[in-house]
Amino acid sequence: MAERAPLPRTVRIIAPLVVALAMLALWQGVVTWWALPPWLVPSPRAVLDTAIADRALLWSSLMVTVTIALAAFALAIVVGTTIALAFAQSRWIEASFFPYAILLQVTPIVAIAPLIIIWVRDTRVALVLCATVVALFPVIANTTLGLRSVDPGLRDLFRLQRATRWQVLWRLKVPSALPYFFGGLRIASGLALIGAVVAEFVAGTGGQGAGLAYQILMAGIQLNVPRLFAALLLIAAAGVALFVVVDAVSRIALAQWHESELDEAPR
Amino acid sequence: MNTARVPIVVARDVAKTYASGTEALAPVSLTIGQGEFVTLLGPSGCGKTTLLHLIAGLDAPTRGSLRWWGEGAPPHGDDRQRIGYVFQAPTLLPWARVRANVRLPLDLAHVARDKADAAVDSALAKVGLGAFARAFPRELSGGMRMRVSIARARVMRPSLLLLDEPFGALDEFSRHHLDDELTAWWRAEPLTVAFVTHSIAEAVYLSTRILVMAARPGRIIADVPIAAPFPRGNAFRASLAFAQQCVALSELVAQASQPVDG
Repeated sequence: MAERAPLPRTVRIIAPLVVALAMLALWQGVVTWWALPPWLVPSPRAVLDTAIADRALLWSSLMVTVTIALAAFALAIVVGTTIALAFAQSRWIEASFFPYAILLQVTPIVAIAPLIIIWVRDTRVALVLCATVVALFPVIANTTLGLRSVDPGLRDLFRLQRATRWQVLWRLKVPSALPYFFGGLRIASGLALIGAVVAEFVAGTGGQGAGLAYQILMAGIQLNVPRLFAALLLIAAAGVALFVVVDAVSRIALAQWHESELDEAPR
Repeated sequence: MNTARVPIVVARDVAKTYASGTEALAPVSLTIGQGEFVTLLGPSGCGKTTLLHLIAGLDAPTRGSLRWWGEGAPPHGDDRQRIGYVFQAPTLLPWARVRANVRLPLDLAHVARDKADAAVDSALAKVGLGAFARAFPRELSGGMRMRVSIARARVMRPSLLLLDEPFGALDEFSRHHLDDELTAWWRAEPLTVAFVTHSIAEAVYLSTRILVMAARPGRIIADVPIAAPFPRGNAFRASLAFAQQCVALSELVAQASQPVDG
């Protein structure tokens, strides 16, 4: 579709790396030049040193946050897809329940989280539920849209062949919906991580089960800005890693046949 | 010519008004006899596709009735009474290979895989795509995709074939080729065809009978037999008879396109 020729793979990898190195150099330069104190702006070097020094703490926190995000992501996929399939089976079901899916989406998670945390005894389960609420909507909305966006000609063809409801669903609607579904997953993966972090901020769980959000909270209070930065970077890295994995899975699932995977469709 | 034929489809005063109030088709009556190649010819908006949908049983008429092989409903499950449909666009599953696309109607009817595959191979060979069974639709040209679509209709061995401007998007060379292949198929088997087009030359070249349609509301204004013998080739396209038929039909279509008063 796009008129622009795609850039070679090497360029697409190297160019952002060059930008990253330039930014790091600039950052280090600014901090060194104006001799900024580490509690205000730590140098990349100081962040790296802290990350290495606190690696045990940060790693275990990262694992806590990532586990919550992954559990929420998985739950959002299962629940979201089930709801979308129910919507696709009946306009009545969709008309009756879709407004509530939107309600779930527009209500800020920080407003819902305290309730969930009060109601659910196990904090980790509560955090997973909060993150699921955040990640759920794109899965529902995209999959529902995908299940609906069947080529009308193909629908007529299936009708002409007297295909059963089941055949239409599995042979036509589900394959048609796959690109939309994966588009929803790309968004949901990032939202699951955001949901996990935000919910943890609200819950403020410390101790053994402390996640990265708690480390950021504590580091902020203690003005341990290098650790704050290190935790921040870890969250960002986790988000990127999650996106890359989802992207790769979606490519493997679709690349063989679907056009959206061929011409770099908008995500 | 068509009086002695066994009627395959009989439409009696069928009309279609959409929920929006648009009168797509004023009451029309037609009979399509066994072995005929009937073309619905007319400008866009004259209800050709609507009428074809009614004949296919894809849509129900607002008024009037249709009979297929004397029955009040389109046939189902009978080997000798099957309706094939070729859409305007190739309408292929983009995620399925050519072979799976052609096999789709058989899969939906739960035909055993080995039997279905044999039928698919034979249908693909007939449209000249035997070597492309493992290709994806996007790897094929527009003409080849249309051939896949025709192979998919063929695999069901229909006795009534409905085609809705199937070659409209193709270049003239592909179009002539596919016209000839369609005629060859129709002649080789006991097949009845209803074909929709807005190309006068294509209609004259293919048909045994042309129903000229007019718009607003859609209706049939003329029933023109084309008596030229088959096979018709370029010699027919270059003949005086062909040109005369085309001119006569152009005039009819031009009349049909005039705004309707009152």
